[in-house]
Amino acid sequence: MTGDEACAEGALAAGCTFFGGYPITPATEIAERMAARLPRVGGTFIQMEDEIAAMAAVVGASCAGARSMSATSGPGFSLMMENLGLAVVMETPCVLVNVQRAGPSTGLPTMGAQGDMMQARWGSHGHYEIIALAPSSAQEVFYQTILAFNLAEKYRTPVLVMTDEVVGHLSERVVIPDAREIQTVYRPRAKGRKDRYKPFEPGERGVPPMAIAGEGFAVHMTGLTHDERGYPVMSVECQEQMVTHLVGKIRNNLDDILMTESYRLEDAEVVLVSYGVSARTALATVDEARERGIKAGMLKLVTVWPFPEDEIRRLAQRVKGFVTVELNLGQIHLEVQRAAGGRVPAVLAGHCGGTLISPDQVLDAIEQHFSLSRA
Amino acid sequence: MKTSQAQSHPLDPLLRTDRIPHIWCPGCGIGTAFATCLNAMKDSGIDLVQTAMVSGIGCSGRGAGYVKLDSYHTTHGRAIPFATGLKLANPKLNVVVFSGDGDLLAIGGNHFIHAARRNMDITVVCVNNFNYGMTGGQVAATTPHLAKTTTTPVGNPENPFNAPLLAYASGATYVARWTILHARDLTESITEALLHPGFSFVEVLSPCPVNYGRRNRIKPMDMLKIFREKTIIRNDARPTELDLDFDKGIVLGKFVHDTDRPSCVELYDKTCRPQER
Repeated sequence: MTGDEACAEGALAAGCTFFGGYPITPATEIAERMAARLPRVGGTFIQMEDEIAAMAAVVGASCAGARSMSATSGPGFSLMMENLGLAVVMETPCVLVNVQRAGPSTGLPTMGAQGDMMQARWGSHGHYEIIALAPSSAQEVFYQTILAFNLAEKYRTPVLVMTDEVVGHLSERVVIPDAREIQTVYRPRAKGRKDRYKPFEPGERGVPPMAIAGEGFAVHMTGLTHDERGYPVMSVECQEQMVTHLVGKIRNNLDDILMTESYRLEDAEVVLVSYGVSARTALATVDEARERGIKAGMLKLVTVWPFPEDEIRRLAQRVKGFVTVELNLGQIHLEVQRAAGGRVPAVLAGHCGGTLISPDQVLDAIEQHFSLSRA
Repeated sequence: MKTSQAQSHPLDPLLRTDRIPHIWCPGCGIGTAFATCLNAMKDSGIDLVQTAMVSGIGCSGRGAGYVKLDSYHTTHGRAIPFATGLKLANPKLNVVVFSGDGDLLAIGGNHFIHAARRNMDITVVCVNNFNYGMTGGQVAATTPHLAKTTTTPVGNPENPFNAPLLAYASGATYVARWTILHARDLTESITEALLHPGFSFVEVLSPCPVNYGRRNRIKPMDMLKIFREKTIIRNDARPTELDLDFDKGIVLGKFVHDTDRPSCVELYDKTCRPQER
């Protein structure tokens, strides 16, 4: 099946019960499959009037207890930023998939890119933390969509799955395990006396237990800066308390959230940092470079956000440099540079999008910037 | 008499009394519209534990913040799609949107017509105070022609929406309009709306003396007089005859009450879910 279809199957395996969508190339196939599948498993699909409404419905459905999601691409992702911020502030679990296409604006609707990575990080206004995953294959889309739901529920936060047109439309073998082998997580639930419950009082790992609509807790949730009762408080102190809590919920749990994979990294002198479809280019490049006697390795980011900066920092102490392989003109590259801290060079092998990066382009970047010992 | 008793109000159980005083200005009509809505909730006999209120942004959008129910104060214009998600995820919930004219009919206008088209099972109470009050009195999609606001300093060149016509033409199956002076009729309409399966819409004309009244040289009491003298109650009036024009007179009443059309949830279940044979 394709990556888009694997995404829908992963969502269903994770127990998704609500999809609010709007058609957009190259993400439409996810909505199509959910439209057919969800009502047969007791869930609900709705195609809303635009992506703003789709994301609002996703947040609303989550407040009513649904494992809730949407899927879109660049232009729709822009429209969803408004209510993504609402989900962050209301601490509403949900999953948003961005099958990236080349931008800016309408761009190349049918061709892949990874140009929305910084928008994924900072796209909604204000300061917040977000979790974003980046699968490289249809199989990874399946598993990472499940992972995205589990992280969203566990941390009461929106989680982004940043795939792209190539992964979304590539047809590959996908193994769907038996349902009993798939672990699913549901949000921590409100318990105890209803009159004493505070909807935003941090619990285990800093995550507040959540009351869903109709349970009798009479919760109030607002996009305004609020205290632990959910009541708006317009003060510097409350702003600091709320934003620190929202940011801390992610930053204080990095040991649980951060995920990377490595390939031939043990003795590597040059590290290719990549994610999503470009990690496939990086993987091929490592082997080709090794054949040429260059000690290359790959660090693949499963979670792009939060960014695994400590891992890059540690690597910077023993390697000769980094090449970030991504389908843009330098987004995650900037993070790698920052984490490398000038200790070793960090360069980019990327382009504007529309096609994949070739291993030759990455090899050229390696040879141009690094004089390495040849085995 | 104990002070606490003297200060109690019959609607207290439905209010977050710890959030009072509210933000609404003296002379504002939103409080009346809000109290009427709460009275209707009580009168209708619906299960209030299974009832949620959703608001958008603006003065009326603060309604959700004062009601002691599951309540969601969402983003500007998005109360209806948020409510749609809430309802579809748990169709047992009674979902009430309480918000203002700018929120529901301008920035949220697209969501409004589509929820009506779907006959989405929600009740929308739209407080229409003819301007953007929260931001200091700018022109709205409901400001009468030639009325002055901070962004139409010499008068509004545009014409306002006829909101009941918009709702009806889009597919709403319950449509009414009252002013805050018509509290009994309004309570009755909101009660009917709450019990109505499908998309129900109640427009409540409401004074905004601080922003709209002041700039149009209408004193607070005079606005209420206009609500009494320049309105005419005509139930079942044709939706095309409901223009928001105080010179011609504004028609109030219950205009649409169609119980034949199945609601969105009903149609989804029937059409999309596997049926037992």
